[in-house]
Amino acid sequence: MSNTDVNPLDPSSPLDPLPGHSSLGRLERVLRRGEFAVTTELNPPDSANPQDVYERAAIFDGWVDGINAVDASGANCHMSSVGICALLTRMGYAPILQIACRDKNRIAIQGDILGASAMGVQNILCLTGDGVQAGDQPGAKPVFDLDSMSLLETARTMRDDAKFLSGRKLTHPPQVFLGAAINPFAPPYDFRPHRLAKKIEAGAQFVQSQYCFDVPMLREYMKKVRDMGLHEKCYIMVGVGPLASAKTARWIRSNVPGIHIPDEIIKRLEGAENQKAEGKKLCIDIINEVKEIEGVNGIHVMAYRQEEYVAEIVADSGVLKGRKPWKREAAPDTEMVAARIEEIGDKPQTPQQIVENVTN
Amino acid sequence: MSDAKPVVTQATLVKKAAPKTDFKPAGVSPSRRQRSYSVRLWSVRHSRFLEWFYARFANVFLMLHPVWKWLGYHRAEGPVTFLERNVKGLMFDCRMCGQCVLSSTGMSCPMNCPKQLRNGPCGGVRANGNCEVEPDMPCVWVQAWRGSQQMRGSNAILKVQKPVDQSLRETSSWLRVTAKAAAEREAAQNAASGDVK
Repeated sequence: MSNTDVNPLDPSSPLDPLPGHSSLGRLERVLRRGEFAVTTELNPPDSANPQDVYERAAIFDGWVDGINAVDASGANCHMSSVGICALLTRMGYAPILQIACRDKNRIAIQGDILGASAMGVQNILCLTGDGVQAGDQPGAKPVFDLDSMSLLETARTMRDDAKFLSGRKLTHPPQVFLGAAINPFAPPYDFRPHRLAKKIEAGAQFVQSQYCFDVPMLREYMKKVRDMGLHEKCYIMVGVGPLASAKTARWIRSNVPGIHIPDEIIKRLEGAENQKAEGKKLCIDIINEVKEIEGVNGIHVMAYRQEEYVAEIVADSGVLKGRKPWKREAAPDTEMVAARIEEIGDKPQTPQQIVENVTN
Repeated sequence: MSDAKPVVTQATLVKKAAPKTDFKPAGVSPSRRQRSYSVRLWSVRHSRFLEWFYARFANVFLMLHPVWKWLGYHRAEGPVTFLERNVKGLMFDCRMCGQCVLSSTGMSCPMNCPKQLRNGPCGGVRANGNCEVEPDMPCVWVQAWRGSQQMRGSNAILKVQKPVDQSLRETSSWLRVTAKAAAEREAAQNAASGDVK
């Protein structure tokens, strides 16, 4: 049996429903089969050209099970996540729609959930979002009408009860796999597992963590999570990524909220001759440690502006264990057209010539 | 060198302009919250006492239900809201969201969070336990977790809270809670008397 889930009729259509699955998507199937899932993040273009999105997505072909479409990450303005998802689903990719509560109130968000689901989006990641002070437009009005928890609950109510928050009925509920974010590396540390429990109660089926550079801290967190039995109720994916240099690491540590980088990591990078290569090796080392932790179901590779290394990192760490995730392939008819164009070559034929060729 | 112009973002402009001026707008600087720091933090430190006190206080309000009813809740609303705003403003830096959850947030008002999160800390909390948006302010939710652990109802913080109903802003949550409790009590009494008959 082929493990690449794809709709045989049309790769851009949803998959057939399976019992116990809440979405018609590939990511949920991979996780529910118990395979180690790999997701990554698309760097959203500052353009209105769909080719920019396709080019950026093509680097991940055959290496990831899902692509996060970020919603103005770091409060910086980019192409919208709904737009990116709509483009990606057309080509058969499995995007994960991120929704941040910073920019939209509950009316816009519920509308977006319906619209995205209609465009074939199967996975939604519910986030609070960075504050507007972090981005390029600090004068913007922060919305934060919902928070990540109430957003999860809203999406779950829409899916399971087929209702808006107001109680109005939906004629066709959005069938989506709901996710949330966790950050085990920020205080108050002993509340963090409880917060995960709350998110699960509010509807989270999978979670992606913030960048993990401190594996002992993650182990500690996962131990508490296992003690509470949470790893059986939701799929936990750990965020990892390569650091470009010790300088970037220092900058990230002091400027990006919520990322914890221990001193040893920076020392190790500083000691290396080729810091970029060392950053990649460090990432692979972390993945190899993380994948052994009980309760971890996958990794989320965030390689901002180093997207070309994702395939290499996934391949070198061997987390896929020989499994080949879905890859965009030309449909049979497209191949026939391409072959025919090649056959014709540069000299175009008149219809009369074509008929003559066939009859001879 | 390339002759491309360096990109100047709005954030850079704001940062550059910041130190050049003596004027600090009152609403956006980290110092705006310094005024009532100590009282708010005191309230969190004494969350268990305040929990005990509030339980008594809520009972008194409920006992006064006939008075409120006689006055009319809508007429009592004005003075009670004034009282509530000032008392809770002093104690907790209350933002008058009108749907108080202090007893399930360790007596640390979640509306003071710049993102107004009501379900727990965001992922941006700094390693020293301060806020991502306001670097000089201790994270409301780090305080809340500390406060809630001293309280009897320490599990209340684990309940998922509903989104804020913005239409209830600037109204009295004391009266709302009292009216609701009174209605529940009456319903229970009616049910009991109905059973007897």
